Amino acid sequence: MLYDIFIDPFVQMYDMPDFFLQVLWEGFVAGILYALIALGFVLIFKASGVFNFAQGIMVVFAGLTLVGLNENGVPAYLALALTIGAMGILAYGVERVVMRPLVNQPDIILLMATIGLTYFLIGFGEFVFGGEPKQMITEELGLPTGSTAIEFGERGLVILQHIDIAAAVIAVLMVAALGIFFNKTRIGRALRAVADDHQAALSVGISLNQIWAIVWFAAGLVALATGIMWGARSDVSFALEIVAFKALPVLILGGFTSIPGAIVGGLIIGFGEKIGELYWGGLVGGGIESWLAYIIALIFLLFRPQGLFGERIIERV
Amino acid sequence: MFYREAGQFKTSYKADQALMPILQDRVGLLVILAIAFVVIPVFANDFFLTSIMIPFLVFSLAAIGLNVLTGFCGQLSLGTGAFMGVGAYTAYKLTTIFPDANVIVMVLLSGVFSAAIGAIFGLPSLRIKGLYLAVTTLAAQFFLEWCFIRIGWLYNYNASGAIEIPHREAFGLVVSGAEATPIVRYFIVLCITAGIAFLMANVLRGRIGRSWMMIRDMDIAAELMGIRPLQTKLLAFAVSSYICGVAGAMMVFFWLNAAEPSSYSIALSFQILFMVILGGLGSLGGAFMGAAFIWILPVFLKFIPGTIGIDLAAETVEHVTFMIVGALIIFFLIVEPHGFARLWQIAKQKLRVWPFPY
Repeated sequence: MLYDIFIDPFVQMYDMPDFFLQVLWEGFVAGILYALIALGFVLIFKASGVFNFAQGIMVVFAGLTLVGLNENGVPAYLALALTIGAMGILAYGVERVVMRPLVNQPDIILLMATIGLTYFLIGFGEFVFGGEPKQMITEELGLPTGSTAIEFGERGLVILQHIDIAAAVIAVLMVAALGIFFNKTRIGRALRAVADDHQAALSVGISLNQIWAIVWFAAGLVALATGIMWGARSDVSFALEIVAFKALPVLILGGFTSIPGAIVGGLIIGFGEKIGELYWGGLVGGGIESWLAYIIALIFLLFRPQGLFGERIIERV
Repeated sequence: MFYREAGQFKTSYKADQALMPILQDRVGLLVILAIAFVVIPVFANDFFLTSIMIPFLVFSLAAIGLNVLTGFCGQLSLGTGAFMGVGAYTAYKLTTIFPDANVIVMVLLSGVFSAAIGAIFGLPSLRIKGLYLAVTTLAAQFFLEWCFIRIGWLYNYNASGAIEIPHREAFGLVVSGAEATPIVRYFIVLCITAGIAFLMANVLRGRIGRSWMMIRDMDIAAELMGIRPLQTKLLAFAVSSYICGVAGAMMVFFWLNAAEPSSYSIALSFQILFMVILGGLGSLGGAFMGAAFIWILPVFLKFIPGTIGIDLAAETVEHVTFMIVGALIIFFLIVEPHGFARLWQIAKQKLRVWPFPY
């Protein structure tokens, strides 16, 4: 038993390096996608202190809108533009209808409001586009399909899906764009001011409402990118919602307010999950992917409650 | 005018410390109990009992359980569904191991196991607070759900992977299994729920409940005043999980008759959380009102299109129900973030000063 836990998996890794590399690659891609979802959370949490539970459903909703429009005869790129528009309307609507009346309420109320929003979007999405899973329009959007096999050593192959590579590139671009947006533009600076102190930001003439609408829109765009990428790997369906829950341990690892934290946390969870599942999962009957991420986060929390890059929690009496 | 305390003098310590010092409250409670114990059993049909009243009471109990933890002790939990599942699976195992024992005792006993597991998952609460803690309870949710699927011993290795409740008798009546009549089930569920609610009402206003509320309101101050946070929080986790466990066991024994792991999924956790928040955090009456709203409203929504003559597909109705429930949750949070319990308080205040505005 001890041999199975502590030695055998490493022997396997050494014996089949191609398989191990494949696992690492899978973990990397999953990690990138988790990180993208977590990024959406972080954006909203940073600017408004709202833990946006609806991020996961926004991913599904964005993907579904895109595919649904395309199915009804709208060309792919036009559908993309329309979906971006839809996310903008959603952002404005959420700010107007949900956020504005709930200013200054405790965290848990705002969390509940986003859960309510989740329910609404599930119902609305299914009502408009139907509940059945849909194929993502990968080719129409000009995203690469197919795969490359890289020969490794004498024995094995590592297979890289092109769409995964594209996902990684897009994620990097997205993070870079957000970084520039936050640091170099006027709105970005306003966003950071709001994140630091709502009242101080208000007193220097920054409109909170406008900022909130912008962050929700930015989170919507991140959700759209995630939806396209995730949808290309599997179908676009409401089952993707479960992925949103995976973003929670990622956030815990990285800290709720840190963009680099979301990326690093995503990668740790992605790698940890795939390696754990494939090398240790068999010992307990498999399927441990569903909770391993939480246990990793839980153990981590006991040592560093604020996360890797989180702000230190200081309590004053 | 209607709710006046004036003239209701307390002349003994006993009267001063009564659960309900005001006459109107006592009368109101008696009326509700009379309706629950006499009027409903006499007039209700089986459909009303099985698909509205029994689930309503079960969910109310679960909401009380979560309210103890989240509303009174301030520890957010998203693992309620899993703790209910622990209760259900333990009760099932207990009744298969001891087939002759009274099944109601088994249901009440199953909560003890649930309490132990709840306390284990409550351990991180000493270091972790708020949303971070919610993630550790999510760990409990997914881990336990996985256990229900993977550990065959829990469901006696039957092929379906679900638990099916066998025929059991207690006090000479069939209380579980397919032959049990709705009225018997209803009475058992009602008695357990009312009993635990009464017990909790007393616990919550005593020393234990007050120490929970101190932890909720300001944990550091509570610690400085001599409340030991670890014991207090763990006790809250244990009591909450006990109640949830009993509710989960009742859910499968007296309502569904069979349960699969997905019955105790995260969706159930959220449903209970909705009930607690909409009903009012930190209010026992609110747990009942929240459960009524979240459970009964969708049932009604399903029947409305049929009764007013609009013919809609079942799927469409379900989607629209989702939308309406989501929108109503947001609406109620905006109108009254403190839940129905607060609305009731406001109504009481209005009645107290009627006919004057204040």
